[in-house]
Amino acid sequence: MKAPRAAVRDRRGQRERTLRVGLPILVLAIVLAVWELAVRIGGIPSYVLPAPSLILQTLISDGGLLSQSLLVTLATTLEGFLLAAAGGVGLAVLFNQSRLVEYSLYPYAVVLQVTPIVAIAPLLLIYLPQHAAVLFCAWIVAFFPVLANTTLGLNSVDRNLADLFTLYGASRGQVLWYLNLPSALPYILGGLRIAGGLSLIGAVVAEIAAGSAGAGSGLAYRIVESGYRLNIPRMFAALLLLSIAGIVIFYALSLVNYLALRRWHESALAAER
Amino acid sequence: MPPAPEPGFAPLVALRDVGKDFPNGTRALAGLNLAVRPGEFLALLGPSGCGKSTALRIIAGLSEPTEGAIEWSQDGAAANGANRIGFVFQEPTLMPWATVFDNVLLPLKIKGAATGAAAERVAAVLDRVGLRGFAASYPRELSGGMRMRVSIARALVTEPQLLLMDEPFAALDEITRFALNDDLLRMWEALRTTIIFVTHSVFESVYLSSRIAVMAPRPGRVFAELAIDTPYPRDRNFRTSAEYAAFCRRTSEVLAQATAAGVAP
Repeated sequence: MKAPRAAVRDRRGQRERTLRVGLPILVLAIVLAVWELAVRIGGIPSYVLPAPSLILQTLISDGGLLSQSLLVTLATTLEGFLLAAAGGVGLAVLFNQSRLVEYSLYPYAVVLQVTPIVAIAPLLLIYLPQHAAVLFCAWIVAFFPVLANTTLGLNSVDRNLADLFTLYGASRGQVLWYLNLPSALPYILGGLRIAGGLSLIGAVVAEIAAGSAGAGSGLAYRIVESGYRLNIPRMFAALLLLSIAGIVIFYALSLVNYLALRRWHESALAAER
Repeated sequence: MPPAPEPGFAPLVALRDVGKDFPNGTRALAGLNLAVRPGEFLALLGPSGCGKSTALRIIAGLSEPTEGAIEWSQDGAAANGANRIGFVFQEPTLMPWATVFDNVLLPLKIKGAATGAAAERVAAVLDRVGLRGFAASYPRELSGGMRMRVSIARALVTEPQLLLMDEPFAALDEITRFALNDDLLRMWEALRTTIIFVTHSVFESVYLSSRIAVMAPRPGRVFAELAIDTPYPRDRNFRTSAEYAAFCRRTSEVLAQATAAGVAP
């Protein structure tokens, strides 16, 4: 009785997976087809709305230029992300170790978070060299989720485990290293997953704010520049690259999350029957 | 009326008129007197909320009494100084991110003694609790009973002179609990350590302990002490014996009196 039922369940699971992958692709195909047809039949000029095929062509023909810009933006994003990770976790640990530091600085961390980055970026560009300003923007946007999540994680330590460390006379460093940080790891990784996407956004916003004034060469700069030149297909191509970069960053961090937690944390465990 | 300490033995640790008030105004313990003999298996039995766990935490040094004193014997003081106290919580309280081996190694690692000899000790103590071959497993891969065994192994790895257990088997099913009861008795007889075992089960306390301190609630104090003088080793036959039944009946009566004493102060 059991085997056939399991087989039915497996088949149903397989269908489920096929649908989950297949349906979004189908939707994309339909949208692209309608878009292409609308542009061709309606005779819409490419500086108003380029057809998907033209965007793809542009992506290939401008590949050298765009991929160079992509690398610039990705480098900024990565630097901003690493600084945000170090800064967020570092500050959270500092807050955790000293209430006074937490009371003194936490409100300002919140201020940095709630002030729109688009409004800060032009100001930063006045005071900092362009690269530093762009980096700082990426950092400001990305560090807060890491800080907030790590703080939450450090405060969610099992009380009994903390008692156990007290009982054995563990030093503060030992408690931090053997107990608090491992407990907080799932939260830290969750914060980093958000920070990855946000540092890309921060880098793009800063590049756009720098705009034609800057000597930048990132993807967002290309978008602004192409806009001035009415090179709309290239704008779309650059936008497509940015989206793909964001998706890759998200899934790369999800993979790190899974690899780090798969042996022990509920969030990374396969559903058991 | 707290019983006076009997003459003729030097207690390993003694609580003298211990009281404990919580910041919210709850009077958890008042006038608690308890003397723990070296090598005994002492059960702290009482209804929930009678301060059993609080008393245990005070002995462990995890909580400070508001009044009264804790006196350690020469031996006990040495044990306390070297942190040679083991503590087993109601929950297994394992680090989910660490393997069974690393969980058991933790007390030695904190003391900076995580050497090759430590690895052998961990292996030996895992063997003793019946978890040979599970060193590389993670806690979530184990059953509730096995997790509790890991917790006991961790408490035993420092070779404590005093093992404090706070309702360790309360959350387990009966079959698992009986198996762990038997294994715990075997370990206690082999290691000759002193155990204070908090429980709210009359049957468990009679089966395991050589002495039961029955506590009364509101505020928590020792109401009576009962000696369970059936010689060890005890096994399944003891569980079904008339002697066991008589001890259980007697203990239940005292527990009922203690509970009633708490309700009408």
